[in-house]
Amino acid sequence: MKLQSIILSFVMIFSSPFAYSADKALRVGMVTDVGGVNDQSFNQSAWEGLQKAKKELVIKASYQESKQDADYPANLETLFDAGNDLIWGIGFKMADAVLKAAKQNPKQKYAIIDFSFGDKTPANVVGVMFKAEEGAFLAGFIAAKMSKTNTIGFIGGMSVPIIHSFQYGYKAGAKYANNKVAVLEQYSESFTDAAKGKAIANQMISKNADVLFHAAGAVGDGVIEAAKEKNKMAVGVDRDQNYLAPKNVITSSLKRVDNAIFEVVADLKKGNFKGGTTQNYGLKDGAVDIAPTTSKMIPAALLTEVNTLKKKIADGKIKIPSDEKAYTVFAKTLK
Amino acid sequence: MKKFLLSLLCVISGLLFGALILKLSGISAVEAYKVMWEGAFSRPSYIAYIMIRSTALILTGLSVAFAFRTGLFNIGAEGQFIIGALTAAYFGCAFHFSPWLQIPLVLLLSTLTASFYGGLAGFMKARFGVHEVISTIMLNWIALYFSNFMVMTEGFHKPNTETSEFINPTTSITFLENWKVSDAGSTWLAQHDFLREFLRPPVNAGIFIALICVIIIWIILSKTSFGFKLKAVGFSPEAARYAGINVNKKMTQSMMIAGALSGIAGATHVMGVSKNIAILAAHEGYGFDGIAVSLIGSNSPFGALLSGFFLGTLKYSGQKIQSALEAPSELISIMIGAIIFFIAIPVLFEKSINKILKLILKNEGEN
Repeated sequence: MKLQSIILSFVMIFSSPFAYSADKALRVGMVTDVGGVNDQSFNQSAWEGLQKAKKELVIKASYQESKQDADYPANLETLFDAGNDLIWGIGFKMADAVLKAAKQNPKQKYAIIDFSFGDKTPANVVGVMFKAEEGAFLAGFIAAKMSKTNTIGFIGGMSVPIIHSFQYGYKAGAKYANNKVAVLEQYSESFTDAAKGKAIANQMISKNADVLFHAAGAVGDGVIEAAKEKNKMAVGVDRDQNYLAPKNVITSSLKRVDNAIFEVVADLKKGNFKGGTTQNYGLKDGAVDIAPTTSKMIPAALLTEVNTLKKKIADGKIKIPSDEKAYTVFAKTLK
Repeated sequence: MKKFLLSLLCVISGLLFGALILKLSGISAVEAYKVMWEGAFSRPSYIAYIMIRSTALILTGLSVAFAFRTGLFNIGAEGQFIIGALTAAYFGCAFHFSPWLQIPLVLLLSTLTASFYGGLAGFMKARFGVHEVISTIMLNWIALYFSNFMVMTEGFHKPNTETSEFINPTTSITFLENWKVSDAGSTWLAQHDFLREFLRPPVNAGIFIALICVIIIWIILSKTSFGFKLKAVGFSPEAARYAGINVNKKMTQSMMIAGALSGIAGATHVMGVSKNIAILAAHEGYGFDGIAVSLIGSNSPFGALLSGFFLGTLKYSGQKIQSALEAPSELISIMIGAIIFFIAIPVLFEKSINKILKLILKNEGEN
């Protein structure tokens, strides 16, 4: 009898309806990809953006981490059931899951980082892309100006469009600074193999390259390590990688996922959700930039030049190429 | 009565310990458990998700439990899962037959390859005396990198992604997959709340396959002489050898069956839930969770079934604390780990239960 009452009371405690707070603050949730919210990369940056929005736009923010790729649909649904006004999928890996959820719940607003559904974007989804070529252009400009051997290197992860935008933006920036500079290019065919990155970097250094830029995820750790050992210069990607080699990483081409997220949430708050479109954020929106530590690493005169260049790009006075075709056109305009 | 009290005490102390951990991190335990309870059972779709999540756990748990009965510690469920998933994804893309042929064929091929993969460890143990814990751990990594290599091969790799192509729709074991998003389906479902909710997740035949496997393994272990021989090897290989059982052969066979079960887990995951495989940076843990499932279920088929559901429920509903109460996922993992830990060590409570029972009996005697 006693036992039964204990069990009964447990059931009572656990089954009382859970009431979600019913205030009218905007609710925004995000689902991370398998990297998790402390990945030192775009998931973390995304959460920082939401926290900023929480403070400045007075919204309610929450996140849900994914452990496996199969978690994406379930996590999107968890946030859907929690009554969020906008649900973020962080990273192109979630594209299929976001698309499916958006079709199932046409009244729910979704947004995704690093993916464009193109013409097929559902009316309740915003895709967010970054003009990576603009940051890479500045990085290339700095690299060419800093190079003493007039030879610089680029190491890409895989030959895919998103890496091409880094590659050709970088090349264009370098040639814009100094048309005589030689750019060595190679793909590592991996985003994880740091040892391979180091081997490619050493090879480029032996061919006289003294500034190396990478767009290859963890492969880049090897590139920066090689630069550190041989005392050459390196350029980081996505976040400020100066801490990896404080004397060697002269700048980093930043992707400010946080600013892009903040931008979209601010739009939503204003009642201006751009559903059905893909937003391309660049220098103008503060979504792409170079690292703040750059100012300590390069001469003041060059920094002034870079800042003028930044303004020119933001004003649309220079069109930065993001693929090979556009690059060839761009290269012809240079002397 | 004693057994029931024992399990109840284990679960309660596990939950209390979990509550302590939550409390120490400044999160209300009552609130957290409430979120978990609601997040697990308050909607049909949640129950469907738990079923989906538990399927793989039940099968890998069964795999570990089966090998354990023959005295083998199958750490390799993870690798066998990957091989099963890879085979299902590969042939699911390559073949274009009608579902009635395609599904059994792909399932059979996954079972065979994973069975071979598991058998490899058993064979190495039997033939060369390589300890199965070492070999299966190594085989896990070989499976992981082999799978990553295969995903990137031309024709199988989906361009510009880190995943393989999707399997052909005829390989899918998801219930009513096309119908539920079609116009007719969504109109009909709009009037049927329960089914609409229940079918929203990728509900699939995997759970029935898992149930059939549980029954088959139970029959093998307790109703056949083959199973008896396997268990005899588990109790004492020397005695079994003396009784005329070919111990080496039995070890290989046992690992083959264990491998097959994990392979089926991987195949149902691909055919029912994910529909493709991706490049893995690390092990996803389906096989390693199987070890916990097996141990909680005291290495019996039906035990694996129950504990598979239990762990599946904990894992699915535990995640919900994160967005609701802003708990870090590490904390949730620690809490789930603590609950499992307490449930896995009933021995700790056995003595105190005996004392309590004695006290109660004594009191009743005095009254």
